[in-house]
Amino acid sequence: MDERGGSTPLGLTKWYELFSRGARDWLRHDEKVRDSVREHLPQIVAGADVINDGAKTVRVPVRMLEHYHFRLRRPDDQQGAGQGKAKPGDVLQGPTRQRGSGEKGPGGQESGEVQLLLELKIDDIVDWLWEEMQLPNLKARVGPSEDTDWVREGWDRRGARSRLDRRRSFKQLVKRRGNPHATPNFTDEDLRFRQLARRRQPAVHAVVFFMLDVSGSMSDRDRKLAKSFFFWVVQGLRREYRSMETVFVAHTTEAWEFTEPEFFQVSGTGGTVASTGFLKVREIISERYNPNRCNLYLFYASDGDNSVGDGHAAREALRSVAEDACYTGYVEVSSGLSRQLATETGRLYAELAASGYPAGSYALNDYDDVWGAVRHFFTAESKALENSS
Amino acid sequence: MSEDWKAYVRRIEDLAARSGLQFHPVDFEAVPDSFMMEIAVYGLPVRMPHWSFGVRYIYQLIQRHMGNSRLFEVVFPGNPGHAYLAESNGLAENILVTAHVLGHADFSRNNLLFRRCQEQVSERIVEHAANHARQIQQAIDTYGRHRVELVLDAALALEQHIDVDQSLRRPKYPEYLPEGKPLVDDEFRKRFAALDPSGPITAGEVRKRAPVPPHPERDLLWFIATYAPEMESWERDIFLAVREESFYFYPVFATQIMNEGWASYWHARLLREADFIPQQAYLDAIKCHSDVVRPIAADQQIALTINPYHLGFSLWEKIIEAEGLEAARKIMEQDDDFGFVRNHLTRELADELGLFRYSARSDGQIKVLEHDLPALQESLLHQKYNFGAPSVAAKHIRVDGTLELVHDHVTDGRGLDPERSRKVLEYVHRVWRRPVVLSTVDGQGSGLELRAP
Repeated sequence: MDERGGSTPLGLTKWYELFSRGARDWLRHDEKVRDSVREHLPQIVAGADVINDGAKTVRVPVRMLEHYHFRLRRPDDQQGAGQGKAKPGDVLQGPTRQRGSGEKGPGGQESGEVQLLLELKIDDIVDWLWEEMQLPNLKARVGPSEDTDWVREGWDRRGARSRLDRRRSFKQLVKRRGNPHATPNFTDEDLRFRQLARRRQPAVHAVVFFMLDVSGSMSDRDRKLAKSFFFWVVQGLRREYRSMETVFVAHTTEAWEFTEPEFFQVSGTGGTVASTGFLKVREIISERYNPNRCNLYLFYASDGDNSVGDGHAAREALRSVAEDACYTGYVEVSSGLSRQLATETGRLYAELAASGYPAGSYALNDYDDVWGAVRHFFTAESKALENSS
Repeated sequence: MSEDWKAYVRRIEDLAARSGLQFHPVDFEAVPDSFMMEIAVYGLPVRMPHWSFGVRYIYQLIQRHMGNSRLFEVVFPGNPGHAYLAESNGLAENILVTAHVLGHADFSRNNLLFRRCQEQVSERIVEHAANHARQIQQAIDTYGRHRVELVLDAALALEQHIDVDQSLRRPKYPEYLPEGKPLVDDEFRKRFAALDPSGPITAGEVRKRAPVPPHPERDLLWFIATYAPEMESWERDIFLAVREESFYFYPVFATQIMNEGWASYWHARLLREADFIPQQAYLDAIKCHSDVVRPIAADQQIALTINPYHLGFSLWEKIIEAEGLEAARKIMEQDDDFGFVRNHLTRELADELGLFRYSARSDGQIKVLEHDLPALQESLLHQKYNFGAPSVAAKHIRVDGTLELVHDHVTDGRGLDPERSRKVLEYVHRVWRRPVVLSTVDGQGSGLELRAP
């Protein structure tokens, strides 16, 4: 131990200066926490406005894991021994909490408890999900939808100074020069400039419509469930598209466009007329987007109780949207009974898919099922695209 | 770092030996603070990996950041003993710590509980534990981290559930019930035998199998390692490795007040008698001593926990003053904290130290209770009963392999925390691989059965 100091030779460095077991085991704990957080991601994400506010990370408060041992139940009155100037009957500390309330869960009562704030990168989560669930990557729609872009292509002897390629110019000089010992002397002949060319590229732009039924029959939980699902759909699509816009449409017997924060707050009353929503989407498409130049997606969440009289109108409106869309998805959120798509709207989508449109439906009953829904849509979607191309 | 203290080690050792301390040689090593902290977290310099140590490590880091804890030394008994000193210690601190360590070395060589456990485990626990860590690393390489972790989850959750009254390497239960006493050869028997020409019925032909366990078994680590129906041998080895380390930890745990008090008494006394220490170092060391044995934090009037250094130190001073060193050494050899506190904490001393009992209600109210010496003694000791764990024993293995555990709620005074206990049952179930049930009582005192799965 006397060889410590400024100039310790490497061979004499003690092992414990190179390696911390505490840190190793802490990392393992951290890993376990992350694993358990992953399992509960849908619930965690459902709580925050994360779809469109540009957040790159989700922050999750977690408690440290406890390694459990057999412990006695906490008694109402605990006895202990102390030291100092105190007489029998002295009250050292008054009641601070409501007696018997709170502190129910395990680990809740320890004083000085440490909470961790885990920061998860959304990109990492999505990458992990796609890997874990082996979801296919989407193919952007190619064909008439094209963008033009400038790309670098080749060199020329003339050009703007800013595009002078020094390396290449120098190579020219070396090639021309006979005597290796002569002083290099550039001439105009040696200069090379980078060139740009116009290139047509398939569009990598997408617009995603999220349509939500906010009629009286949709509970708060239903809406949270839909939100959680929408979130992961956006993340999945973001992997593929350079630029993506989202549009939020809510409807009862009428339809409105909302911003994201408002969208998840809206609660309406009254009945459900789905056709109004589809028509609103149709209207927005015609006003703002050229279906040939971008990839349109529509995801609709509802409990499926469309009003009976709306059947025909809804079918027509949905078809007119589906004509232009890369994919339309319907997720039925029914927290009560799982009716498994045997609803008006459910039938509507089944018909649509049967007549060859890229469409899919999924009955979403629980947070645990959000991954199932995401998986369902992304696999179905890629199949639909393969079939159509 | 200052190396000056090493010049004093030999002289302090000589002085200690002249003062009647008997100790095995001790290897002193100065190590970085980070390593000191890890020793405190793991309890041993090299120990098996487990995520729960990571949690303790973070708590320790936070404590250190808040300036609440500072470690001067950690000492491991054995022949030779190992003492790790923090590199950040100053000269005075190291002189004090050296004397303190020799007090521990004397204690662990002579205290019977320590001696017995060292005879069973080994005098080289540090090397032993490092060996376990290596063995477990091999298991990780062979069977994967996940499987080893499942075993350690269970084994470390049960680490307090051993039976130190049994030997470390205990034999299996006898397989058969002992045979009944031979029948007394009295007059009646003879006549009875004569009635039957085919001879007396011999009971010895069919021996009866003994039940497993024959009595409720407290040593859960041993019981599971020995009788689990489907455990693999490497898993049993891990259980036994954890159990062996628990056998080492038990005396450290059960004599903490005595042991720390003894070491504190001796560092104070040796320091007083060591005329070779420079004046300034002596003053600094005395200041450090008074910080260590301070009962109440500097800015407080009252402490709700007892500093074992202070309590043990005060008890030993009183004993040696009243009965002499010879008698104190006897007590040091023969007692553990239970006997020590119950026999030697008197009413007068408790008053002098200002010890009191309090009750803390679940609403946060804390009230000082009436003076009552036996109750005060038990308040000091109750966290030490049964290695600090509830009394849970293995009672029976059912025909289908289900393990029945029973909690002795009468001894413990109340039932088990059901949430935590169920989690422990889940850990155990993963190695026992058949259902595990545990009977205890609920908050109202009526029977409660927990089970996994």
